[in-house]
Amino acid sequence: MKKGILLHEVNDDVGVTVMDLNAGEEIGVVTLEGKAVKYIKLVSIIPLGHKVAMRDLLINQQVIEYGHPIGATVAPIVAGEHVHVHNIKSLRWAASKSKLFET
Amino acid sequence: MSTYNDIPITGYRRENGRIGIRNHVLILSVDDISNAAVEGVASLIRGTTALPHPYGRLQFGADLELTFNTLIGTGCNPNVAAVVVIGIEPKWTDYIVKGIAETGKPVAGFSIERYGDLKTIEMASRKAKEFVQYETELPRVPVKWEDIWVSTKCGESDTTSGLASNPTVGRVFERLEKNGNTLIFGETTEVTGAEDKIMEQCATKEIAAQFKAAFDNYQELVESQGVSLLGTQPTEGNIRGGLSTIEEKAFGNVEKMGRCTIVSFLQPAEAPKGPGLHFMDSSSAAAEMVTLCCAAGAVLHLFTTGQGNIIGNKIEPVIKLSANPLTVETMSEHIDVDITGLLRFDYNLDGAADRTMEMMAHTINGRLTNAETLRHDEFVITKLYRSA
Repeated sequence: MKKGILLHEVNDDVGVTVMDLNAGEEIGVVTLEGKAVKYIKLVSIIPLGHKVAMRDLLINQQVIEYGHPIGATVAPIVAGEHVHVHNIKSLRWAASKSKLFET
Repeated sequence: MSTYNDIPITGYRRENGRIGIRNHVLILSVDDISNAAVEGVASLIRGTTALPHPYGRLQFGADLELTFNTLIGTGCNPNVAAVVVIGIEPKWTDYIVKGIAETGKPVAGFSIERYGDLKTIEMASRKAKEFVQYETELPRVPVKWEDIWVSTKCGESDTTSGLASNPTVGRVFERLEKNGNTLIFGETTEVTGAEDKIMEQCATKEIAAQFKAAFDNYQELVESQGVSLLGTQPTEGNIRGGLSTIEEKAFGNVEKMGRCTIVSFLQPAEAPKGPGLHFMDSSSAAAEMVTLCCAAGAVLHLFTTGQGNIIGNKIEPVIKLSANPLTVETMSEHIDVDITGLLRFDYNLDGAADRTMEMMAHTINGRLTNAETLRHDEFVITKLYRSA
């Protein structure tokens, strides 16, 4: 089976594709250190450089990449699904907007 | 296969003990109106490097201080063997000369008032000729990796930057930190979203607080102009490439510092006072930031790019890394280190760091970078506000 997803940190919620990948493909996930982590079956088409969920995520849950929260889910996400602006949003942007409305 | 460890490195030992990897004789303008004389000397005398620029008159306060610190710092950079300074009036010319003279390197100043351009060019050219003959006799000597001050920045970033080229620089920096090197990074606004991570990596609470104050200050400045960085990041292009949030973009950026500890917070163009990783308050505009790193004393720059930033610097060689296959193919004359193999699983992060350090060793030893061969001589002074 082919390798096609890189993980910044082993426990990240999302990995990044290094080639265009199709739904239904089972793809190897590898860390930047070259360590094979697991295989994951894709449920979406995922273009190069985009993110794929490593596990199921609930709505309003923090999403971890680089070992840090990069945003929160705005919809439930299943393992192998494309993760992008349609299902996650910035934590900062929301905070800033509410601050803007308050003041 | 040989690795960077097997390559002996050489450089120029300066009077103050610092090590340079280039041997420039600089013809430096104090101010905009002295550029013609500076260019005149440089075109007469082989082996000189002219450094004209558009500022230096009627600046005041912190803005004037930064311009002069940038000029003095650039003259002090160990990649410079000797400096001829030319300004319109003696007072400021002497000020720059004295600042550079503290390094102990040969420096001479000429002011144009009471002489005119032609006499000034003649006098300055005789001195420049003497400096070139001095400089060309200086031998390269064996040096250690820890003697090389390295700076970094990223530009025209995309998902390959956070995924591959920035972590590669991070790995190189981790090795150099262990080795005792002096390292500089910055880009105060570009870390928006990951500023907590930077604060976590600061050695002390005081350093974290200094960083946070500069960060907040920059945000306020941007907002005072009616602009929100949060609202413009990530850009449309970033989103097409797969970046979803400003935090994600920022975490990709700060991968360049690896797991290094930030040992000090530097003002723009301020020289680090010891080994380790230093955060310098700076703009994220490529040429401005590299110019400040050079003025702070860095002798070699690692610049990562996704879509293909082409920046160089006249004094501090800029090595460019990219992991974007399209950029490496279509802009090959600009990319020094191709690390697309990291995304093809040909090698891991250590393999990419090895390739980078091998190119660093060759560059230290005198191999011109792509930016140097293409005459990317950007020297851009950071202007803080309008002149009087």
